[in-house]
Amino acid sequence: MATAAEPIEQVKQRIDLIANTKAREEVEAGAKLIDVREPHEWDEAHLEDAVHVPQGELLERIGDVAPDHSERIVLYCRTDNRSSRAADALQDLGYENVSVMRGGIVSWQDDGFPVVAAHELTPEQRMRYSRHTLLPEIGVEGQVKLLNSKVLLIGAGGLGAPSAFYLAAAGVGTLGIVDDDVVDETNLQRQVIHTTDRVGMPKTASAKASIEALNPDVKVVEHRTRLNAENVLDIISDYDVLVDGADNFPTRYLLNDASVRLRTPVVSASILAFDGQVSTFVPYAGPCYRCLYPVPPPPEMAPSCGAAGVLGVMAGVMGLLQANEVIKLVTGVGEPLVGRLLLYDSLGTRFTELKVKRDPDCPICGDHATEIPESEMGKFPDYEAFCAGEPVLR
Amino acid sequence: MPTVKIPPVLRPQTAGEAEVATPGSTVGDVLRSLAETHPGTHSQLFSDGGELNRYVNVYLNDEDVRVLDGLDTAVSDADTVMILPAMAGGQ
Repeated sequence: MATAAEPIEQVKQRIDLIANTKAREEVEAGAKLIDVREPHEWDEAHLEDAVHVPQGELLERIGDVAPDHSERIVLYCRTDNRSSRAADALQDLGYENVSVMRGGIVSWQDDGFPVVAAHELTPEQRMRYSRHTLLPEIGVEGQVKLLNSKVLLIGAGGLGAPSAFYLAAAGVGTLGIVDDDVVDETNLQRQVIHTTDRVGMPKTASAKASIEALNPDVKVVEHRTRLNAENVLDIISDYDVLVDGADNFPTRYLLNDASVRLRTPVVSASILAFDGQVSTFVPYAGPCYRCLYPVPPPPEMAPSCGAAGVLGVMAGVMGLLQANEVIKLVTGVGEPLVGRLLLYDSLGTRFTELKVKRDPDCPICGDHATEIPESEMGKFPDYEAFCAGEPVLR
Repeated sequence: MPTVKIPPVLRPQTAGEAEVATPGSTVGDVLRSLAETHPGTHSQLFSDGGELNRYVNVYLNDEDVRVLDGLDTAVSDADTVMILPAMAGGQ
């Protein structure tokens, strides 16, 4: 009978230790593979076909995991000490066909065999994101998806500032920010990622400073430019989700056309005075921006925030609705605003949802939209020509 | 009478009204009556040929009239006709 004090070498003499290559074959042939390590070790990385039963729970749970005492069982741990003691205990219980994988997951990985490393939160990350991982819909897996995701914000203004701030807090691993502007005093009423002492600083740099102070997990990529036909494909192709908070129609149409070509989803919102609109455009799964708005309105129908004013809090609400959409797209939970346009009237505190359908005649994503050859990629119509007279003032 | 929801950008033309009860049995009738009562809205809703401007989205309740029968879409008294402009503001 084994005791905890018995030297491990002595225990191992009673154990059938097998090479990882043999373990692999056995598992492929149907052997039950059990990982006896602690939950945080399992979360970091484990073998694909393994069942997780921590050593402390093994005797209690083995009856459920392997009711048949003659079942072929292979145990592993980090090296092979804990799994050897566990195997010894199982043999004492009457299990006849138990082996231990020599060298554990360490030698498995050293030999270049694959592991499921989706659950790779550090202890600090487990604390920081615990309120996410407690949600069964997100869990560690969803958090890891967020940490591995790359999200591009077009504009670090009224929409982009709150959106970027919360996406950074949520642990989106890479946040790109496109903005060629500098922080202005009139921005501070709503663009909460910027601060009074950063007036005059490029918005991308100011946003980066705030994000880095909030969450060191986030890598910020500054794109200190405006999107144009020459740079748009280059810039957006690195990202999984695009967040449109642009302040002008040419950029919105340009971004739409480029994102449809690359099949990258866009979470699009716009704000004016007390009103906001938000929708999620997933190319070919739903309508695109042009299906909703085939042509931009003339200048008198499209005043800018600079000219008309905007309630800062309303901008924040819309930016966070965008962030909410991004989280859902990245983690795959919930129901994104695909084919739906959500309107927010902050004075009435009313939300209205409208249906948006794919337009079969859409010049970009419709049935007859021509496939664009590689050489034509990045060549867009002259967006400046239909610029709706947005003043440069922001 | 059907209710027409006026977007903020058109409210200067409706004396600030956000909702205007407007008679009509089709979307076109309703919008034309609106333009008669509030002439300032006409040029923003209709082209010179009397067609709805392409940049104006009009919804009957939550459905885009473009996927229904356009200006010929039938409207009942309980319906809401919403005029929706594209907005570009983000900053």
